[in-house]
Amino acid sequence: MAIFIDKNSKVIVQGITGGEGTKHTARMLAAGTQIVGGVNARKAGTTVQHKDAQGGDIELPVFGSVAEAMTETGADVSVVFVPPAFAKNAVIEAIDAGIGLLVVITEGIPVQDSAEFWAHAKAAGTIRIIGPNCPGIITPEEALAGITPANITGKGPIGLVSKSGTLTYQMMYELNDIGFSTAIGIGGDPVIGTTHIDALEAFENDPETKAIVMIGEIGGDAEERAADFIKANVTKPVVGYVAGFTAPEGKTMGHAGAIVSGSSGTAEAKKEALEAAGVKVGKTPTETAVLMREIVQGL
Amino acid sequence: MDLYEYQARDLFEAHGVPVLAGIVADTPEEVEAAARQLGGVVVVKAQVKTGGRGKAGGVKVAKTPEEAKAAAESILGLDIKGHIVKRVMVAAGANIEEEYYFSVLLDRANRSYLAMCSYEGGMEIEQLAEERPEALAKVEVNPAEGIDEATAREIVRAASFPADLVDSVAPVIVKLYEVFTKEDTTLVEVNPLVKTAEGDIIALDGKISIDENADFRQPGHAGLVDRAAENPLEARAKELDLNYVKLDGQVGIIGNGAGLVMSTLDVVAYAGEQFGGVTPANFLDIGGGASASVMANGLSVILGDEDVKSVFVNVFGGITACDEVANGIVQALEILGDAATKPLVVRLDGNNVEEGREILNNANHPLVTLVGTMDEAAAKAAELAAA
Repeated sequence: MAIFIDKNSKVIVQGITGGEGTKHTARMLAAGTQIVGGVNARKAGTTVQHKDAQGGDIELPVFGSVAEAMTETGADVSVVFVPPAFAKNAVIEAIDAGIGLLVVITEGIPVQDSAEFWAHAKAAGTIRIIGPNCPGIITPEEALAGITPANITGKGPIGLVSKSGTLTYQMMYELNDIGFSTAIGIGGDPVIGTTHIDALEAFENDPETKAIVMIGEIGGDAEERAADFIKANVTKPVVGYVAGFTAPEGKTMGHAGAIVSGSSGTAEAKKEALEAAGVKVGKTPTETAVLMREIVQGL
Repeated sequence: MDLYEYQARDLFEAHGVPVLAGIVADTPEEVEAAARQLGGVVVVKAQVKTGGRGKAGGVKVAKTPEEAKAAAESILGLDIKGHIVKRVMVAAGANIEEEYYFSVLLDRANRSYLAMCSYEGGMEIEQLAEERPEALAKVEVNPAEGIDEATAREIVRAASFPADLVDSVAPVIVKLYEVFTKEDTTLVEVNPLVKTAEGDIIALDGKISIDENADFRQPGHAGLVDRAAENPLEARAKELDLNYVKLDGQVGIIGNGAGLVMSTLDVVAYAGEQFGGVTPANFLDIGGGASASVMANGLSVILGDEDVKSVFVNVFGGITACDEVANGIVQALEILGDAATKPLVVRLDGNNVEEGREILNNANHPLVTLVGTMDEAAAKAAELAAA
């Protein structure tokens, strides 16, 4: 078990021939992921050379469309590395093809494009989207769909959901002796597919996950809504961290969604909401890791 | 990025939204000339990116060009909630009979668009939403479908407009939605939308927020950036393609990843409480790669900030290994040479951390202090900034 992705997942890469696509296809393969091919309409029919997790040479087919790739390989997961200008069409293509899980790594997608493909996904029904502008998802020792470093930590009882990539890595590193069931970076954009709540729900239902770390940041009210969800639905212990206490109002802090406007979206409000839901909130990443360590030791 | 009212007016006009004639001016003399050109009664309006202009004395009606000049003299230089007025718009007067409200915006929580409309305008919309929520219609707009004439009529009816106004207001809403999508915005707000004595519907005051992620397909938006109001360090960082925000403190911050950098700001501010309240001087995210040249660019911007007393470089080697980051720091210091004058506290963790630390130890640069953890490094940087 684990959530959303495991060793049986068959993964294709949209943008497999590009710079980022090439680099991260190699990393995903090295992490043990079953990459079964890629998509680039202009290079359909060609192949790309890579090494598998054991270091053996493999040749991956490049298809003209996601639908064709799914038919030929049985792929059920796609990772999108295409540039912002083309991301909307790539995502809609994957939705129309009926892929089960779509991980959108691309940073800098216009938010109206994300809103449009989300509306499309909602109408299509069954698809799960992670991102955009995210590090993706990793189930250590099984599969990686994204850019999270696979060598930070191994399998363990902690589930992690975070808006931020590097804070995900930092937290995995601080708790690398304990290990993780699955870690998901949901992305810092204003419109994202999988939310904190979706991940919390999946971790609650995953027998391998015994405790959950939730990392948030300023902007929006996703953390507040997650706090309500935790209070009503989550029985496993949750530890939280929120970044951006010192961020001034009206300044966007790197992530397009990380902006405090008026009295809403502040780190303080998020922390208070989480604590009111019984979540222990660390003041720093290190303190948060200490809180989680205590919980795991008491399990 | 939020636009000024006059910029919103121009975009409205470009997309066929009815607006009043308006001329921007930076001096009382220009205002006088503009009033003469427009003729009749004009309104002199402060151009600031904040609300509450009217109450602060930033909006004045003038019957003659001389009165307009006098109005400009009192408005230019005014401090409105910390925004100094440097520019005004001289707008033609109108016989306003009724005031309404309309906005369409990105609704993050629902990952959709939301149109809001009220037959009762002329007041703060937050106040209206709180006191008389039934007077504010909220209609979800499907991003894949948008607002056509039929949807616009639904919105206007939901806002309880009388039937005879639906025909004149709905087409304006369709045009405003066109501004919303074609200009890649996250907010288009008109407050007030007015009906004149002649029965015309006019967008009297507008607010627009632009999505900068769409700059690649909005070549016109570069011209909307107010370079003069930009912090010079932020402008320089933008030229270097760095994700930088100037803050008020003394500890320069460089890190990789928006979340980690935000977290670093917090940790430094906490540590600063022990050292006379020093705080971060900036936000700077150099991204995943953290190559030597990016590191050098980042350091040069931060060292060019005279408020900075110490620098905290906080990097987690995820995709990039720490030895590459360490080499980047060493090379950046070589590139900068004598320009590097302030103490650097470096914290590295993650991939190849031992190799990375060894590189920095071997380089033995007099300005660099290597510290093991993020919290300890923040304390060291705060201590150095307070010294």
